[in-house]
Amino acid sequence: MRAVVAPPATSLTKDAGYKMRARDLTVRYGENTAIKDVTIDVHDKVVLALIGPSGCGKSTFLRSLNRMNDMVPGISVSGHVELDGEAVYGPGVDPVLVRRRVGMVFQRSNPFPKSIFENVAYGLRVAGLSGQSVVAERVERALRHAALWDEVKDRLQESGLGLSGGQQQRLCIARALAVEPEVLLMDEPASALDPIATAKIEDLISELRSELTIVIVTHNMQQAARVSQRTGFFYMGRLVEVGETSTIFTRPKQRETEDYITGRFG
Amino acid sequence: MNVTTAGARLVGRPRYGDRALAVATGAAVVTILSMLVVVLFDVVRGGATKLSWEFLTTSPREGMTAGGVLPAIVGTVSLTLLMTIAAVPAGVATAIYLTEYASRRSRLARLVRVCVANLAGVPSIVFGLFGLGFFISTVGRAIDRVAYDGEAVYGRPCLLWSSLTLAILTLPVVVVSTEEAILSVPRELREASLAVGATRLQTITYVVLPEALGGILTGTILAVSRGAGEVAPILFTGVAYYLPYLPTHLNDQFMNLGYHVYVLATQSPDVDRTKPLLYGTALVLLMLTLLLNLIAIAIRARSRRRSRAAA
Ligand SMILES: Nc1ncnc2c1ncn2[C@@H]1O[C@H](COP(=O)(O)OP(=O)(O)OP(=O)(O)O)[C@@H](O)[C@H]1O
Ligand SMILES: [Mg+2]
Repeated sequence: MRAVVAPPATSLTKDAGYKMRARDLTVRYGENTAIKDVTIDVHDKVVLALIGPSGCGKSTFLRSLNRMNDMVPGISVSGHVELDGEAVYGPGVDPVLVRRRVGMVFQRSNPFPKSIFENVAYGLRVAGLSGQSVVAERVERALRHAALWDEVKDRLQESGLGLSGGQQQRLCIARALAVEPEVLLMDEPASALDPIATAKIEDLISELRSELTIVIVTHNMQQAARVSQRTGFFYMGRLVEVGETSTIFTRPKQRETEDYITGRFG
Repeated sequence: MNVTTAGARLVGRPRYGDRALAVATGAAVVTILSMLVVVLFDVVRGGATKLSWEFLTTSPREGMTAGGVLPAIVGTVSLTLLMTIAAVPAGVATAIYLTEYASRRSRLARLVRVCVANLAGVPSIVFGLFGLGFFISTVGRAIDRVAYDGEAVYGRPCLLWSSLTLAILTLPVVVVSTEEAILSVPRELREASLAVGATRLQTITYVVLPEALGGILTGTILAVSRGAGEVAPILFTGVAYYLPYLPTHLNDQFMNLGYHVYVLATQSPDVDRTKPLLYGTALVLLMLTLLLNLIAIAIRARSRRRSRAAA
């Protein structure tokens, strides 16, 4: 992992309202540039949707916000990412601490082969929280948050793998929420789910917005329109346009954005 | 197009190549299986009559023409246990380093991989010579000089050096099978763990290793069961022709089932009287390795069932 970081003279995020900011973020896999010079602001307690054709770098961008890319062999990240004014790729920054504040939910639900309870408690336990009752309380809160509590409260000790696909994804959301992150990154969280399960996830996102900042990648334009307040359009590794969701979908400034949302390509 | 003529076009020439290959591969399977059956049948038939509680629990008597194989069983079991204690932690740790910590371009990791691969190709008698030259003549003598005033305590063939020699022989298999088991843990699970703020070490201990445990155990037991039957590495490093006592210390010599088979087959003063003993010993050795293999199969079946339930 090589990170070339130019610390800006003054903090980018100081002016209130921005939770995270990326400046000139470029990510390469070996020789191959996945995203180039991406500059974007993530507003606090706002849902930002990222759309764009397959392979345009949405996941790469998302994963560089919480340093999930660090493990990828041959990757190099340059540019600047900030969380509350602090450089995410700054010297001495512990990616573990970044990820405790910036959680992530993946496209394919990935519960651990552990009980439902232990799945949600995992993040608390690795953070060093012991105390039976405290953990149990936080687990219940996270499961309620993820709108899963009523469905699983009588089977907390059963394997998380015994749940349906939609429930598993909500379990993963609960697991991410249990550590009370400030930002939640969601990479196509509903793309493997049926419409009913998808609707539940979307409702959930709308409810969570009052408490945390969400960045969601989606291929589903209606979904982006329904859940987000701001939308960014990626094309071939570049952020073409970002703005109010209603504006992006009705009066995009760029030709490429319009072509994409009207279904002319992608 | 007319349906009936279209049907006629589906009739083709028989594919002789396919058939020939099927026959050839089938014949190979039958040959190998029948050899296995012949060997097993022979050993079981010859040894079954000899197998008794007495045979398992007494020492050889009358110049090894009578009595049992207890010292050889005890020797083999302690050898195997010590070898496992030495090889498994080192092998598993190496595999964890290679898969989890070493970067793909790391020189050290590449060097280790090359060593492991080459180690696996070394003939087992060479390990025996290595054990003699390194463990006994070098390490053992040094210990004697420092701790025992030059008296030959560790500077001679014994259980410890045989176990360590065997451990080196087993190491590559443990490393490779552990690596495979660790690599088969889905990346999604690691990422799930990292994404909630687990460290790499926590991810390895709480997610990766539990998930890989079945594979690690299976591979390890198979490696150990192979090592348990090896004779060449212990030939110069500690095995004894005959011992009237059981090994109790690391620097004791020991008897061994595999070597005992060799001794009975080649060194007996009375071939007719030792033959049943020979078969019995071979059968005991076979059952011991079979037992280890069965345990491995059971573990594998269990972890398969678990991961299938997971899917
Ligand atoms: N681990 C990796 N190693 C090498 N190249 C990668 C890796 N991950 C992604 N890429 C490449 O980077 C580019 C962007 O991929 P990315 O996964 O970010 O796209 P995406 O917009 O999320 O696509 P999708 O909508 O299909 O998920 C692609 O060209 C892809 O091939
Ligand atoms: Mg993606």
